[in-house]
Order: sequence, then C-alpha cells, then structure tokens
Amino acid sequence: MSAGQPPIDSSEIRRLTPVLGPGYTFGSVTDKISSIVLTRPTSFGWYMGFLIAFGLTGLMTVAIGWLFTKGTGIWGINIPIGWGFAIVNFVWWIGIGHAGTLISAILFLLNQKWRTSINRFAEAMTLFAVACAGIFPLIHTGRPWMAFYMFPYPSTMGLWPQFRSPLIWDVFAVSTYGTVSLIFWFVGLIPDLATLRDHAVKRPAQIIYGMLSMGWRGSARHWHRYQSAYLLLAGLATPLVLSVHTVVSFDFAIAIVPGWHTTIFPPYFVAGAIYSGFAMVLTIAIPLRKAYGLEDFITMRHLDNMAKVMLATGLIVAYGYFFEMFLSLYSGNKFDVFLVEQRLHGPYAPFYYALILCNILMPQMLWSYRLRHNVAFLFFMSIVVNVGMWLERFVIVVISLTRDFVPSAWGRYWPTFWDWATFIGTIGMFVTLLFLFVRVLPAISIAEMRELVAETSEDKK
Amino acid sequence: MLDLSSLADRMSAQRHEEYQDDRPAVDQHLEELSLQPRPLDLAAVRAQLRAKTGKQYWRTLEELSGDPSFQELLHREFPRQAPSEWDDSVDRRDFLKLMAASLALAGLSGCERLPEQHIVPYVKQPDGLVLGKPQFYATAMPFLADAIGLLVESHEGRPTKIEGNPDHPGSLGATNVYAQASILNLYDPDRAQTATRAGEIRTWSQFVEAAQGVAATLKATRGEGLRILSGIITSPTLTAQIETLLSLYPLAKWHHWEPAVGDGAREGAKLAFGAYVNTVYRPGKADVILSLDSDFLASGPGHIRYAREFYERRKLNGPGATMNRLYIVEPTPSVTGASADHRLPLRASEVEPFARAVAEKLGLGGSAKVPPAAEKWLAVVARDLEKHKGASLVVAGEQQPAEVHALAHAINAELGNVGATLYYTDPVEAHSVNHLESLRELCADIDANKVDTLLILGGNPVYTAPHDFDFVSKLKFDQQRKRKKIQTVIHVSSHFDETSEYCDWHVAESHYLESWGDARAFDGTVSVVQPLIAPLYRTHSAREAVGAFTDKPGLSDYDALRERLKATSPSGDFEKFWRKTLNDGVVAGSALPPSKPALKFSLASLPAPKALSEDLLEFIFRADPCVHDGRFANNGWLQELPKPVTKLTWDNAALVSPRTAEKLGLTQRVALRGGEHGQILSNVVDIALSGSKVTAAAWILPGQADGVVVLPLGYGRKRAGYTGTNKGFNAYAVRHSDALWAAAAPASAIQKTGDNYPLACTQYHFNMEGRQILAAGTLEEYRKNPAFAHDDEEFQKKKKDELTLYKEEENPYDKMQYRWAMAIDLNSCNGCNACVVACQSENNIAVVGKEQVMRGREMHWIRIDRYYGNVKANVGDPRAQDESLDNPETFFQPVPCQQCENAPCEEVCPVGATVHSAEGLNDMVYNRCIGTRYCSNNCPYKVRRFNFLRFQDWETPQFKLLRNPEVTVRSRGVMEKCTYCIQRITNVRIEAEKKNTAIPDGAIVTACEQACPTEAIVFGNANDPASRVSQLRAQKRNYTILGELNTRPRTTYLAAVRNPNPELEKA
Repeated sequence: MSAGQPPIDSSEIRRLTPVLGPGYTFGSVTDKISSIVLTRPTSFGWYMGFLIAFGLTGLMTVAIGWLFTKGTGIWGINIPIGWGFAIVNFVWWIGIGHAGTLISAILFLLNQKWRTSINRFAEAMTLFAVACAGIFPLIHTGRPWMAFYMFPYPSTMGLWPQFRSPLIWDVFAVSTYGTVSLIFWFVGLIPDLATLRDHAVKRPAQIIYGMLSMGWRGSARHWHRYQSAYLLLAGLATPLVLSVHTVVSFDFAIAIVPGWHTTIFPPYFVAGAIYSGFAMVLTIAIPLRKAYGLEDFITMRHLDNMAKVMLATGLIVAYGYFFEMFLSLYSGNKFDVFLVEQRLHGPYAPFYYALILCNILMPQMLWSYRLRHNVAFLFFMSIVVNVGMWLERFVIVVISLTRDFVPSAWGRYWPTFWDWATFIGTIGMFVTLLFLFVRVLPAISIAEMRELVAETSEDKK
Repeated sequence: MLDLSSLADRMSAQRHEEYQDDRPAVDQHLEELSLQPRPLDLAAVRAQLRAKTGKQYWRTLEELSGDPSFQELLHREFPRQAPSEWDDSVDRRDFLKLMAASLALAGLSGCERLPEQHIVPYVKQPDGLVLGKPQFYATAMPFLADAIGLLVESHEGRPTKIEGNPDHPGSLGATNVYAQASILNLYDPDRAQTATRAGEIRTWSQFVEAAQGVAATLKATRGEGLRILSGIITSPTLTAQIETLLSLYPLAKWHHWEPAVGDGAREGAKLAFGAYVNTVYRPGKADVILSLDSDFLASGPGHIRYAREFYERRKLNGPGATMNRLYIVEPTPSVTGASADHRLPLRASEVEPFARAVAEKLGLGGSAKVPPAAEKWLAVVARDLEKHKGASLVVAGEQQPAEVHALAHAINAELGNVGATLYYTDPVEAHSVNHLESLRELCADIDANKVDTLLILGGNPVYTAPHDFDFVSKLKFDQQRKRKKIQTVIHVSSHFDETSEYCDWHVAESHYLESWGDARAFDGTVSVVQPLIAPLYRTHSAREAVGAFTDKPGLSDYDALRERLKATSPSGDFEKFWRKTLNDGVVAGSALPPSKPALKFSLASLPAPKALSEDLLEFIFRADPCVHDGRFANNGWLQELPKPVTKLTWDNAALVSPRTAEKLGLTQRVALRGGEHGQILSNVVDIALSGSKVTAAAWILPGQADGVVVLPLGYGRKRAGYTGTNKGFNAYAVRHSDALWAAAAPASAIQKTGDNYPLACTQYHFNMEGRQILAAGTLEEYRKNPAFAHDDEEFQKKKKDELTLYKEEENPYDKMQYRWAMAIDLNSCNGCNACVVACQSENNIAVVGKEQVMRGREMHWIRIDRYYGNVKANVGDPRAQDESLDNPETFFQPVPCQQCENAPCEEVCPVGATVHSAEGLNDMVYNRCIGTRYCSNNCPYKVRRFNFLRFQDWETPQFKLLRNPEVTVRSRGVMEKCTYCIQRITNVRIEAEKKNTAIPDGAIVTACEQACPTEAIVFGNANDPASRVSQLRAQKRNYTILGELNTRPRTTYLAAVRNPNPELEKA
C-alpha cells in the first residue's frame, strides 16, 4: 500500500473530491461562467491561440483547394491502398465525437451528477469533431462534386444509392448523429442563452442571444417542457452513440479484406470511440479549467472519473485487440494468420507496437490514484490515448490494405505533405471552433450548475 | 533525403558534354545571317548563371553568355537588310513603307498549310464504309529481319488498333508488344514532321532538288563517295530501289548497322555452310528443344509463329496428353527461359563450351570443359536429344557468337532435324553482310576522306554505334581542319534524333501505316505494307528518299510497289492479283523455298574457346524487352510496360544475380511510398568498361547466372522526344566494337557510388507466400492427379449452397443464354506482354508516367504477375539468402478483372457504379462513379484501377485520333477496370440480334485474346457446352484464384504444367 492509496469509503471520496467547489451560490455560478463570455476582456492568449488555429484552418482550406484542383492523387493513396489518411482521420474524428453525447445523454439518463460541468463543452466538442469527420468522406471521393449521389434524392434517372453499401449507412448514421447532437446541444443551451441575454450589456449581444434563446422566460411551464424535451432527446441520442461507430465499423467489417472482416469490430469500435472521446474531453478540459480558473467547476472528481472511464474503455479495447488477434489465429484462415504475422513483423510493425504502448500499456498507469490526480499527467495521458487511437485506425485501415490476398498486388502507403496538411488542418479547424465556442457561449451549463448548487447545498444540510 | 537532381546529373554527365558540343546546324544558321560563328563559351555561361539570382528568363545559351554578336542580333530585327536609321525617327514615308513591308511579311507568314477542317459529313459515303463501324485493312509491320502481318482497325479513316493477320505465316492472327504499340508511334506528337536542312524547314521539292544536285555530281564520279547506311531491310521494293541507285553509281557502297541484332547467326552460317542462310524453325514438330541462350519464343524473327507452335505442344486436354520439353542455358532470365522445363544459368561465354560439349556427347568430336554444375545436366540433355532424333531442335541465341550457331547447325544436322524441325532458306534480309565490319569499314572510309555523301536510312548510329567508333566525330564539324569530313549527310528517320542533329538534311520518314511498301517475313513471305491513312505530316518513305537521287525522283511508293509486284506476279489479271494480295496482306506463295546448304564444318576446326576467369565479371548487352534498341524509347505504352521478368518500367538497370550483388555489396530496398507495388530504391553503380564509363542503377535479379551483369540497350536517349529522353542509362556508352555482346572485366569495373536511385517496379514481391494463387505442377503430377490445382479437395466437393448462407435455388446465370467467361492457360502464357499493350490500345488506357508508377498507380487493366516457384526468400530479405533464388522456376499469370459472379466490389459501392449486366458481367458505370475506391479495397484480386489524377492527355490533337471511339475516355476521379472488351461483345451481339441468331463461339475476341501469340487466353460463352471456353473450364486443371472466397470468378485459370526430365528431377 503506497501513500497515494485512495480512501476506501465512497462518501469520503465524494467529500474529498466534490463535483463543485465549496461556497458557490446561484449568483456566483452564473457570474463566473457568464463572465467568460460577456465581461472578461479577451486575453492575448486567446488571440494567439485563435490565430494559430485559424492559420491551420487556412492550411486545410488550401489543402482541400489543391485537392479539388488536382484530384486525390496528391495524397499518398494508391492501388492497393485505396484509403489512407482521409478515412483514418474520419474514423478518428467520429470516435472523438462520441464522448459528448455519451456524457450528455447516457450519463444523464444514468443520473451521474458529475457530468454537469463537462457536458456542454463535451457536446460542443462532439459537434466540432463530427464536423471535422464529415469533411473527409466528402473530400476523399474522386469526384466530390458528384458526392450527392450518395443521398437518396429523386433523381430523374430513377437511381437510388446502393443500400447494401456500408458507406450509405455511414451517410445516414453520421448525418443523423450530427443532427441529433446539434439539437440536443442547442436545447440544452436555451436556458443559458436566456441568462446571457439577461446579463448582456451591449445591444447586439442582447439581440443575438435573445433570438437564440427563443423566448425563454424561465417559467415553471418552460422548465417542465424543457426537461421532458431534454430527457426525450437524451433517450433518442443514446442509441445513436452506439450506432454511429457500429456503422462506421461496418465499413470495414462488411468488406472481405483480412484485418477488416471481423465480427468483433462494432463493440470494439464503440469502446474505442468512447476511449478516444474521453481522452479528447480531458485534453480540452484541463487547459480550459486552467485558463479560465474553472477548477471549482471542473474538479478533480471530474478528471478522476474521466480517467476511470478511459481506463475501463481502454481495457475493453485491449480485450478487442486480444480477441481480434486470437480469432485470426484460431480461425486458421491463412490470410488472417498472415495478417497477424504482418502486424507483428511486417514493415509497419512499429506502428502496431506504438499502438499497443499507447492504448494498452501506458493507460494502465491510471490504476494509480496519485497519477489520476496529477493533472499534468492526465493531460499527457489523454494525448497519448488520442495518438494511440489514431494509430489504431491507421493500423486497421492502412496496414490491412497493404498486404491482402494476392501477393503480386502488395504495396505500401506513406502520407504526403497534403495528407498531413489536411489532417493538421482539421485539427486547426476543431480548435478554432472550440476557441470561438468558449468565447461566445457558456462552456459550462449555467442552469445545470445552479441545480447542482441547490443539490450540493442540500447534501450539506 | 536523396538528392535526385545531382544523381541525375551524374548519370547523364558524360552525355551532357556531348550534347552541348558545337552544333553545325546552328553554326550554319548563324552564318547565313552574316554573323561570325562564335564558339559558345560554356564557362562564361556557367559564370553568368551563377551570378544571376532570382527568377530570370533566358532564351538561349548565347544570350546567357553575353555574346556581343547575339546582343546585336537581338537589337537588330533585320540584321542584314534593315537600315538602322529606321530605329530612330519615323517619317510618314518610312512609316508607309514599313507598314507595307510588314503587311507583306504577314502575308508571307500566312502561307502556311492550315489544317483542313471539314464541317460537312460525307456527301457521298465511301464504298463499304458505314459510319461508326470500323473497317479492317491488311498490312504488315516491318521489323528487323521480319515482318508481322497485321489487320488494322480503322475508324472513319484513322487507324486505331492493330491486330494480327490470321493469313500471315508470321502472325497467325497474333501480334507482339512492338506491333501493338506501333500505332502510338504513328500518333507520336514528337515525330519529325517535315524535311529540314540544318534545322530549318524545307519542302520535299527542295530536298529533291538538292538530291538531284548531288546526283549530278555523283554521276560524274560514278558514285564515288556515296555511301548508304541502313539497318536490316527486308523490303524487296526498297531493296530494288537501292540497287537501282547502286547500279547508277557503281562506286557507291551500301553499309549496314543494326545495333541489337548480332552477327553471330550470319557468321555462324558462314562457318557451317560457307554462306549466309536463314534458319526457319518448326518448334511444333520438335519433342525436345535445347535453347542455347535463345529467346526464340519472344524475340527474333518469327517468334510469334514459333511461340504458337511451341505452346500448341503444351496444351493439355487430359491426363493422357503429351508435352514437348524445353531445355535452356542462358545467362539472364528470359521469357523463353521462364517457360523451360529445365533452365541452367550459365554465363554467356560458357554457352559455347556447353554447346561443344553437347556436340561431343552426340559424337561430333572435339572436346570441351563445362562448369561442374552443367555436367550432369549436359549428359541428360544430350541423351534426351539423341533419343528424339528428327524430333529435336537446337536453337542458338541471336547474341551468341558464330561458333555457337555453327555448333547448333552441326548438332541439328547430326540429329537429323534439318528438314524436320527446321529448314534453311536464302537470307530474308537484303544484302546480307557482317554489320559490325560494315560499319567499321564505313567509319574507316570516312576517316580516310573517301565519303562525300552519306545517306542514312533509319537507325540512329550516333546513339547506337560502338563508342570506340566515335560516330559523332565522323559527322560533326572538324574544328581543326575547319571542315566537315562528309560534305552531305542525309538522315531519313521518323524522329529528329541524336543523329539527325549532326546531319545536313533530315527527311521525316513516314510511319508504315502511312506509306506503301512491302516486307518479307521470317520465312521470306512477302507482305504488302498498305497505308491506313495519308501521311499526317509532310513525311516520305525511305524509298522515296533513295529515289530522289535516281533518274526517277518522282516515282511514288504506290507505283514502285505495283511495278515490282507486276514483275514478280504470276501471269494473268494483275488487278485481280493486286486486290487479292491487298486483301490477304500476303503475296501468295512468296515464301522462300527451303535450300539445302551442305555442312562444311568440323568441330576440330574450331579454335579452342577462350575461358573466362572465375574472378572476372561478364558484362553482356541485350536489347531491352520494351524499347528494344532504343527505337521505341518515345513510346509511352512500351515505357510503362513492365518488363516481363524484372517488372521494371521507365528505366533500364544493370541486372545482377543475388549472389553477385552480395559479392559487390549491392542492395536495394522497398521505398515506403509505393512500396513493393511501385518504388524500389536501388544502389547506383559506376561501370567502367572498355575505356568508357556509365552510371547505372543496379537491379538484383533472381535466376541470373552469377558473375554476369546485364546492360540492357535502348535507354539513356538524349533526343528521343518528350517521353523517351533521359530515361535510364545508355549502355551503348560502354559498348566497344571488340566486345559487342559480352565484355569481361574485373569486379572493380563496377563501383558503388553510394547513391540510391528510385526504380519503378510494378511487382517486387514474387513469393506466393504459400498461397494457391498460381497453380503449377509437373506432367507426372498431372497424370496422377489432374485436379492437382485444387489444393482444397474438401472445398471442391462442397455443394454450392454449402458455401453461402443464402440458399439459392441455383445460380441465376446458369440458365442465361450467354455467360461470358475467360479461361487462361498458364501452361501457355509466357508473359510476353502483348495482351497488356493490346488492352491499353483497345481501351484507351492512360500512360501515367514514372512518378505515378512509383506510387503504385499504373492503369493497366490486365497485368502479368510473375511468381517464382518454391522460393522461401525475397530479394533484400536478410532472413534468407538461399539457393532458391539462384535459379527459381518462373511463372506468369495474366490477371484481368475476374468478373466475379458474386462480386465483392459491387456490394460496397455506395452509388451502384459497378453492377452486374444482364449477362452477368461486372460493369463499370463511369458517369455514376464518385470515386470512393471502396470497390478496389474490397477486390481481392486488386484489378481495379483508379484515376487518381487526370491521367489522360486531352489536349494533344494526335492522341484524339488515336483513341478507340467505342470506349469512354475516363477522366480523373473514377474507377476503371477490365470490361472483357464489352464494346466488342456488344458489336457482335447487335449483329447476331439483327440476324436473330445465337452468337457463335469465337465470334467475340477480346483484345488480349486477339493479341496472344500462344492462344493462352480463350474467351467465350460458358453456357454453351461446345464452346472452347466451356471445354477448358471442364478440364480438371481449371481452377479459380481465391475460389474459397466464393466470388465465383468468370475468369478461370488452367494450372501450369512443366515436363521435367525424370532423370534430372531425381538429381
């Protein structure tokens, strides 16, 4: 038993790591959160960060412009590796986009109080991640101007999409998920927008927030309807959290490529998605609470819980890796067996080992209470998991394609400058949107925090 | 990072200097402008370049060097005539004068023949032409000592596709890569388009005038000083024309130089028979064949016919079938070697002792020592040959010396094969001489100032002549003596090439599809070369160019041909004979009659062979399998065509065996970008040979004899055109006249430079990894178990519905009228690539360039996979450098789209752009495709090709003429793949439906099937039990690749069967 061992008693844990710092009233919560948007001056750091992120977004625009001018040949893809960074990034971003809705909807349904202070920006992050993800399936097509063929529109030729293709399922799954996440997020925002409207001093802010708050007056009837709607939306969003990545995993599982064609993919992809989503929430929450002094709202309790979720989903992912490999070997299918051999000894073996290190071995340190309470370490760990999950997609998408059935067609993939530019560019866009979000909308749900103030004060009584 | 630019510089440094040398054409041009010719100060140019910074443009090297005369030229628009005061003040009078002058000048420059552009359709439809329907004309492609009979498809007057002429003995309906690709040469935008003098455009009449002027002086001297230099010519009409010229000028001489055809066959015949003869083989009649380094199935005269006959004997239809047997000794793996039942890698110089030893074993006397590895082999081969007297054949390689050819003649005579499996005729080529000696004599005469006029017909001697002849020095301006060695040099060639640059006159030569002519095939059969199109440019034939020097300079090719045919045709109605000849493409009964030369040769008379020390490396020169001697360097189809064994494209490389590479410390590795299917980084080596040097990329080739370095000819062109310039290295640079085909040098002759060079290789991985992709066995195995190709018996026994969850009543395609299928007999495929180019031509497939091939993006719809049997290692794999790479069994497998009935690609396409047709074919709908590439990912055979960029050239007008109008030209962003030539199927189906008949077997011929010399590819209706394809599919040898995936491919394969000698097998 080391010194960092946590106390056993769960009420003791709750006391030591509250979900809200002590001494807050309704008013102080509202002031503190809304001040970020309304009163505090925009810091130099915000401008610098925004400029860098916006520059990267510009890089993405250039990369996509060049892509549309020349064609997908500017990337490193080839025959046999028809999918490269674009699909890797798509799956990665979609995975990241899982945490928000999971936190908002599933944890809401499960009545987890600690979700309150992180759900808003987690949802925003989800939306932005889905936006980043949504770029890729469009631009990765050879003729993006014809990509609307994927939608079931009343074509004069009487043609429909080919519904057996998982890519069509993707179109529906991702667009549904994006829409529901947006509505869920917006509905959750309405009371806060009204708060901002009421607190805003400048006329334009009053008008804009006023319009967005849709006439919210905070009457009991409003609250009643609001809460039913929120609950219903949470119920609607919950299956989507599971379905999106399941469908994304079908892109691979339905195909016959060794390394793709496996039934374990849906649960393993969903677990991986939550894993990477929580990692991303941590990656954002830690600098955010530091920058805006929100340590009392996003407490160690939150960080600790998120680390635990990461640890748990990481173990599911590890189980997935193990069984993926075991089943390949157990099947006796020579192509699958060969694939395992390739992952361990092939030209891309370092990627596989890096993946194991990032996603399985290093997260085991999260068992330690002390490390879970080390903010810097958690931040580092969240980055490691993000990298690891990106590597996982790279290993699945690219490495499986490099060496499949016919040895004469084997090849290799290496990204080009434009691959990187597009990838880093979407990160830039993601961060840009986050910066804007933090600046114009309450990053933490004021209404829910006020509820929490009420509840925690009741606890004390 | 690899610094490629410096590498490229180094690789071409030597030739650069040559290139920047003084150019007589420019000199003369300047002289005409009354400016003093000044030698270009290259050092000054370099200094200037160094001094300049930033983006600046310069037009010529002269400008850059700050040459004052050039500055003057720049400032004075009309240097000679224009009074300089015009520059300053312009009064009204001068202004009007100037205006008038410039109007006149504008009118002059308007005297340009504009392209004719018709906007009305035919008012009267030409006879027999139905718009939209192609027509076929018989013609022939002259190629070295052979002509390939062709039928050329023409769409509204433009030839688009070349096919073989079934009536031609050398074609039998098939073609080779060169014939297939020659259509691209016709439309090559870099072709010379007009006659030029010193680089300035001249009209044909000006050339004829000049030629007549030369003729007048020649007449006075009876032709003294007139020389003609040509390659091999088999055209009787051209020969007659040259002979007319020679009879007019009796002192003139006709020299020959064909760089990639050896004199061994000629001199060997002289050694054996005392005279030059032509040998015609009949491989179909031979049970046992020994090839002494001869690639007779894929190169050399008659190889298309030979391949057909040879593989005819390897078609197996049941366990009782018999096969011929091929032994080969060769230094480097060839297409023929890949088909051999026994292959022994020997150095080129060891082939002669081997041949002697065989002769000795057969009782011809003499004595010889062979390498120990060959001894056992030798005894078995000799026994096998002896057992098959009269039904055996020994073939000597084109690059082998005379002795080997003489020995082959003697052995064949001893075995009683003459008249049975081969026969002799008079030479097919006109004016048979020893080419090397002929060129040597010409060079000596030029040096002795005996040559005034040199007429070069075709060829590119500046590039191809042995480096010690220094052919450039014969043509260029002699600085010391202030004169040129030859007064007038006329070059007739299709491109303005390395040689043309040094010639006074260049006459643009017509393509064979543009001019009338004739040519003899390997057995002497005369074909009429019929043009398919009027010359695209102001080009003329070599015969016309020769004719310009005679009394009848205006004689057209058509008249000349008819005149000659009239003289040789049987009596009777000539017009009828003419029409029949044009229709058939061959002159009936024109094959040369067999001759019976008496053997005057004894082994004892041969000098003892020169033994090559073990320590020495042997450098051998070979024609490249794609660009040949360099004449096809500007042909993109051939440049991008993977070479049969190495699978390299766009480059040649110095080939070495794995062991030699190890000894020399040479390595190569797979680049991350492109990888095994694209880019290999190989060591760069400096090769110092015969007093000259060249820098080349090395390539490690399993199966090559140890201690041999192969230097393929035909690359490193300096003036080939857009496609061919500066590709690969120039092996001619180290080719000495004393070592034309093989040079010995110590190992130090090859030095690593430390650099790596990226080579574009389409298939680096040759190990099947234990998968049943290409099934191969021996005849014995086949007899025991004809179904040996199916490694999984259990799988085969399973009923169809056990393989799928969907309980289908039956296959929906079983009951259809047509079920198109293709059967490919791997026992007949020799990997010659004809199908690949045929497909490219038929289906408008783009050329993507080296950079894209290195990224794994070549577009061929049919690829030929090459696998080595039973190898454990991969080249460059440190885990195993085992002996299986020393002499692996090589197999080829053409892979077009498998046309799966249960296609994995179709299920995953989100927009239904790849779907099944009513006949069960897997079709691509280009305008529906959005390019997700999911289909390609899910294709287990990886036969789909994606337009990653806009690979097609839409601008060049010539290529618009080239394309097949029946096939969509794909743009960027869409997937494409083999369609089984759906356009051909549809054409035939429409005709059949019009007549309300069923499509008969063989009516539809796909482009690949059509081109195949060995009939390895058979296409037809699998639902017609009588069709050839059904019968092949019913064979037990028939198997599908990855059948266990239940894709139910329509393309099936018949396992390769080798017929090894049991005596050697036991060893």
